[in-house]
Amino acid sequence: MANEGVDHGRRRFLTATTAVIGGVGVVAAAVPFIESWEPSARALSAGAPVTADISKIELGQMVRFAWRGLPVFVANRTKEQLADLPSLDPRLRDPKCEEDQQPSYCKNTWRSIKPEWLVMIGICTHLGCVPDYYGEIRPEPFDAHWKGGYFCPCHKSRYDVSGRVFQGVPAPLNMVIPPYHFIDDTHVRIGVSPKGAA
Amino acid sequence: MAAAHDAYKPDNKVLAWIEERLPIIGFMRSATTDYYAPKNFNVMYYFGSLALLVLVNQIVTGIFLTMNFNPSAAGAFASVQYIMRDVEWGWLIRYMHTTGASLFFVVVYLHMFRALMYGSYKKPRELLWILGMFVYLALMAEAFMGYVLPWGQMSFWGAKVIISLFGAVPVIGNKLVEWIMGDFLPADATLNRFFALHVIALPLVLLMLVVLHLWALHEVGSNNPDGVEIKESKDAAGRPLDGIPFHPYYTVKDLFGVGVFLLIAAFIIFYQPTFFGFFLEHDNFVPANNLVTPAAIHPVWYFMPFYAMLRVIPSKGLGVITLFSAIALLFFMPWIDRGKVKSWRYRGAGYKVALGLFALAFIWLGKIGGGEGTWIGDTYIGRALTGVYFAFFIFLWAYTYFGWEKTKPVPLRVTTHD
Repeated sequence: MANEGVDHGRRRFLTATTAVIGGVGVVAAAVPFIESWEPSARALSAGAPVTADISKIELGQMVRFAWRGLPVFVANRTKEQLADLPSLDPRLRDPKCEEDQQPSYCKNTWRSIKPEWLVMIGICTHLGCVPDYYGEIRPEPFDAHWKGGYFCPCHKSRYDVSGRVFQGVPAPLNMVIPPYHFIDDTHVRIGVSPKGAA
Repeated sequence: MAAAHDAYKPDNKVLAWIEERLPIIGFMRSATTDYYAPKNFNVMYYFGSLALLVLVNQIVTGIFLTMNFNPSAAGAFASVQYIMRDVEWGWLIRYMHTTGASLFFVVVYLHMFRALMYGSYKKPRELLWILGMFVYLALMAEAFMGYVLPWGQMSFWGAKVIISLFGAVPVIGNKLVEWIMGDFLPADATLNRFFALHVIALPLVLLMLVVLHLWALHEVGSNNPDGVEIKESKDAAGRPLDGIPFHPYYTVKDLFGVGVFLLIAAFIIFYQPTFFGFFLEHDNFVPANNLVTPAAIHPVWYFMPFYAMLRVIPSKGLGVITLFSAIALLFFMPWIDRGKVKSWRYRGAGYKVALGLFALAFIWLGKIGGGEGTWIGDTYIGRALTGVYFAFFIFLWAYTYFGWEKTKPVPLRVTTHD
């Protein structure tokens, strides 16, 4: 091949532009493949709100409902359980709920709309296991001053009855409070905030 | 090593015709009878060829498993039971695959430890080591996704725990987790994509990496227990004085290793297929249930040392960083270790002690990772052992960089030469 009179600048320019345009094409072609991994329309619709009937939940009892395939804990808390909450503050990581783990209308000590009713996604913030409910106020093997709460069997993270995480456990955050509102005194709509609240 | 195949001319006319168009026989010769390996290989040199054998086993048994496996959240668990009970010889094919998966890690860990003993990651074998580390990474991903497929309790919760590691990524973490799962929890979509990755994508990557690993090996040649470069002492014909042709010498030696290995594998497959709950965990004989967590979640034994690090560190972000850097640091071994002497036979006592402690920390961490985790002492011991694991790399760098290592003289030829 004759190489005389080759304009190297022009050749480099053409090679570079071809590579850049080709690269853009490859990136653009990759988008549909990457986006195909997003939750599908079916998965999204399965994430629709659910209604929980709380009329049969006894005082001190916790019942699990399913929303988006996630376990939602609904607990009817006793006066004693609620009374102990402020005293735990020094032992908690985030007692004032500064982290964005709840809707603004639940950013309070009991982390709920009505103090006695806790509605919470029962998933440990460490690695996503489901903590067990230890509601009784009594010494437990994992805590001699236990005031009731949740204990994760996977890596021993502990939470109080508001799902606030203790210090010195692997879980970094309080458990998540989902958006919810009361339809009436005995029904909770999980997945939708009260009207006018964000 | 690749010199012979240009010159090779078969006598047979048909073969010669092929060879002129595709020099495949010459290539085979250059990789076997004309490939010289050090003559002083010991028992630690079985594990490379055994890893290749297990890879073939996984591919063959895997292909037959896909013929009866149903990759859906509704059907996966039942189809595995169907393979075990109703498919002719299905139980054997599946146990060969599950036992093979664990034995793959046994031989790969020993293969890697061999490289640390004899300095096989050092110049000129840095890239060979790095390619090997990529094989290890691909193998971990492959094994993890394979473990999810039977859709038992441990499959489901193991998947959940390992995928949520990516939730520790700042800002996009939660979105990334949803993207990986294709749902808000491990579900049908997750199982389907893991199946696709496990049977097509990752095996292709794995095979390609193994080819590159072997290619690099045949370019630089094997190291040996003395850490002597056999290419530096050659005879008049240019053959290494301390080398012997890979075929027939090492093919025969490796065949003996294969025999012993298959004997052990057969014993496990036929008499102890769950291997006391290590190869197949008892909780995985219960179908996946997203509302009930098993009492103790842990990955299969080959991930346990890294899992223990995650477990004993009381911060999710830091735990995940520790876990990934524990693996990432190994990639940099050729540059962390500045020592010129390869084999621990001629290295300072400090190296032998450090490597021993490193191996001990790795095994003990594995024990903690697989334990109940109820005893608080395990947390403190685990933290100390994690410290030992990382201290190995820091010590090794300082030991060799500042010249504290007192090495012995390295012989010019392998110690067993005549």
